[in-house]
Amino acid sequence: MQVSMEINGEQRSDEIEPRMLLVHYLRDVVRLTGTHWGCDTSNCGTCVVLIDGEPVKSCTTLAAMASGHRVTTVEGLEVDGVLDPVQEGFMACHGLQCGFCTPGMMLTARALLNENADPSAEEIREAISGQICRCTGYSTIVRSIQWTAMAEDEAREQSVYLAASGTGSQA
Amino acid sequence: MTTSEESTKSDAATKHGQIDNDQKPVGFGRMLRKEDPRLIRGLGTFVDDVDLPGMLHLAILRSPYAHAEIVSIDVSAAQAHPKVKAVITGADLAEQGLAWMPTLSNDVQAVLATDKVRFAYQEVAFVVAEDRYSARDALELIEVDYKPLPVVIDVRKALDADAEVIRTDLEVKTDNHCFDWETGDREATEAVFADAEVVVSEEVIYPRVHPAPMETCGAVADVERVSGKLTLWCTTQAPHAHRTVYALVAGLPEHKIRIIAPDIGGGFGNKVPIYPGYVCAIVASLVIGKPVKWMEDRTENLVSTGFARDYVMKGEIAATKDGKIRAIRTSVLADHGAFNGVAAPTKYPAGFFGVFTGSYDLEAAYADMTAVFTNKAPGGVAYACSFRITEAVYLVERMVDILAYELDMDPAELRLKNFIQPDQFPYETKTGWVYDSGDYEPAMRKAMEMIGYDELRKEQADKRERGELMGIGISFFTEAVGAGPRKDMDILGLGMADGCELRIHPTGKAVVRLSVKTQGQGHETTFAQIVAEEIGVPVEDIDVVQGDTDNTPFGLGTYGSRSTPVSGAAAALVARKVRDKAQIIASGMLEVSVADLEWQKGSFQVKGDPTKSVTIQDIAMRAHGAGDLPEGLEGGLEAQICYNPENLTYPFGAYICVVDVDPQTAEVKVRRFVAVDDCGTQINPMIIEGQVHGGLADGVGMALMEMIAFDELGNCLAGSLMDYLIPTAMEVPDWETGHTVTPSPHHPIGAKGIGESATVGSPPAIVNAVVDALRPFGIRHADMPLTPSRVWETMQGNHQAPI
Ligand code: FES
Ligand code: FES
Repeated sequence: MQVSMEINGEQRSDEIEPRMLLVHYLRDVVRLTGTHWGCDTSNCGTCVVLIDGEPVKSCTTLAAMASGHRVTTVEGLEVDGVLDPVQEGFMACHGLQCGFCTPGMMLTARALLNENADPSAEEIREAISGQICRCTGYSTIVRSIQWTAMAEDEAREQSVYLAASGTGSQA
Repeated sequence: MTTSEESTKSDAATKHGQIDNDQKPVGFGRMLRKEDPRLIRGLGTFVDDVDLPGMLHLAILRSPYAHAEIVSIDVSAAQAHPKVKAVITGADLAEQGLAWMPTLSNDVQAVLATDKVRFAYQEVAFVVAEDRYSARDALELIEVDYKPLPVVIDVRKALDADAEVIRTDLEVKTDNHCFDWETGDREATEAVFADAEVVVSEEVIYPRVHPAPMETCGAVADVERVSGKLTLWCTTQAPHAHRTVYALVAGLPEHKIRIIAPDIGGGFGNKVPIYPGYVCAIVASLVIGKPVKWMEDRTENLVSTGFARDYVMKGEIAATKDGKIRAIRTSVLADHGAFNGVAAPTKYPAGFFGVFTGSYDLEAAYADMTAVFTNKAPGGVAYACSFRITEAVYLVERMVDILAYELDMDPAELRLKNFIQPDQFPYETKTGWVYDSGDYEPAMRKAMEMIGYDELRKEQADKRERGELMGIGISFFTEAVGAGPRKDMDILGLGMADGCELRIHPTGKAVVRLSVKTQGQGHETTFAQIVAEEIGVPVEDIDVVQGDTDNTPFGLGTYGSRSTPVSGAAAALVARKVRDKAQIIASGMLEVSVADLEWQKGSFQVKGDPTKSVTIQDIAMRAHGAGDLPEGLEGGLEAQICYNPENLTYPFGAYICVVDVDPQTAEVKVRRFVAVDDCGTQINPMIIEGQVHGGLADGVGMALMEMIAFDELGNCLAGSLMDYLIPTAMEVPDWETGHTVTPSPHHPIGAKGIGESATVGSPPAIVNAVVDALRPFGIRHADMPLTPSRVWETMQGNHQAPI
């Protein structure tokens, strides 16, 4: 069957088997291998991508279900050579070790922060509770997301300040 | 890492108490990781990301029975599948002499079953097809006729006279006995027990658990048709050891095997053994002449690859009435599954279980062990621990708490009273281990202070009055890591040494090549830091190469916390060797004698004259340049060594945990956890903290949630992450860590290793806390995993042992 979707800002269409899972479509057909796979039962969350901005387990989604939608994978977080603050946060706070769970964790974090710019530690833990990290013990992931929230808050304040002082347009 | 990335984050980073890499040290200290920029972009290369032209996919058919004869296999329908390229059975492999392979403990394991299957999910046949889905489809088309046999699942019944014999492949086997082992002095220990004022004993079980890294195991095998060279991309923690084993098993010449361990998504011991799937992928590529990928699914990972623990330990402590521990004794029944796949040094069939004497100064100790075969998956890997130390530490720390209970003594006070004292190091234990260095009391006091021990005991007393169940648990562990001295440690005859090669390029940039392999521990960063510390070249100018047998020196790999103790020492020493040569070159450049130079990190300077110096970069250029070198000196600036550790290193730590148990639901909540670790000299405190955090979460998993359980037919009941419960962010607290620093006297930089301390030390702290919470019920022991149902039954006076 034919599927077509926007992946990280680029539209594409492919002829695939109807049963093909989104995770396999992204990894094997589109060759975006940053989305990982770690379980058979929708428990680990290493496969999380965003569909229309919502975190979704791509191992439990048929590629066909994403057809006509907007998919964001970890490869889409960096735009024009500028990292997403979530990526900065994970590096700054040692939010990753082996890096296998990291793409999914970062995408969930991105979706959380888009909804809630200042989440509490409990809200962060809740948001990533459908995902497993076997390496970090989670504290540094929570810190990474808090770091990002603060960095984004500061960036917002900065831009408000720049706008107010009339320097915004040159910034 | 680029400067633009640095500057965008540095402001916020420093403000929020995080690190600013602009102020990074040359050498040891907090520093962001070199591996992260690719991993956070999703640009890592894990084995399943490898995609070669024409690559085929392999899937394995597994047995539905735990013990059964294979009567017949019909593969014709599978072979007829249009996308299938080959279907191979055990009989096919037997024709090539490849049906069996050696395990890491000199036993053998079936690659594909020939005569019978010996555990549920054992490998029976494989299919190679054009894509993953077709390979799986074709598995359904294979017909196998099995004749079920009685199963041996209960470890306590494995040696019964009427138990079905599992290892009929071993000619002399008439029972399920695997091996016996003992350590310590039996008579001396008996004598102490005979006149002891107090003796406590308890059966303490460490159930079977699984490392379950987030990336499952897999490989891509590619045999070049003309040269016959095999390249194997593989999820391995020990690429060099694997290469040699393949050479020995498959008869492939060793120089025609290249193992590449690319990015590895966690290992924790699970990726030390050689699994049938790797061998199948190699055979398939050999037979078909195309690259072949095998990636197991999560069920296959949990039910068939290296498990850990599975010890039933009867523990006994002899002590005086006032709490001086005099002797410890244990008798262990070890379940090794269907094949003895323990990954431990040859002379240590029980790994380093001999350190069960813990951190205490004793008069005597003795352990004996009987290991048996059962119809369960093989393994016995060191799951984030140095070869069975987790079991040893759990035993002694649980027993010490039971003694405290019986003596009605505070468990912290009891431990403080029995510690080996600083002036006793190096300390030889009653089982012959020489602890290199230690200073236990400050670590214990620090943990008590950090958690506010005395106030917590008061809070607990108040809560008990009100019927609330709060527990405080302590563990104090000593680990033995960094295997090991080659005079008595080897795996399959390979000495446990590690090589390291360092090359300084003409422009002063460097490449260091390791025999070990990160699975997330951050070798690219810490090893660059070790070299930077020794030769003063900045970390970003040092490339760390690892995980490729064609491009790295031989060594035994990363497990048992051996990277820093062994390979880290190799990196420091190889850098010193390079520095020595640099000094000779510098003496020529500055026209002074070698003895007149002093090392300022990064340059040699004439003693007493700071104006006369040359940097390591200047020296590198001279070493490769056209100018003269001192008489008799070869050009170039590089060195290689193979480091043979003189002893293990002995990190230690004090862990304290606070739990609340819901009296209505018996649910355990870990409220706080303080971990004070001493891993000697710290290379990168950020990475050390991360290693500790991860191990603590593992500890919560093992203590409260994880167990590989079986039903009476031998079906594995934990074959998915729905049944094998791994902690999420909801089950673990925000960790509180601290440290003391007691360098190792024999390690060149004094580092001891940290990767596994927390996995070893945390389970007893958590179990001790839960048991402490249950004290109002008169309970002094309960077995892991302390799930709500087990805790509930324990509260009802109906504790069920898990095995
Ligand atoms: S792969 Fe585990 S939840 Fe998707
Ligand atoms: S960083 Fe390894 S699983 Fe999360």
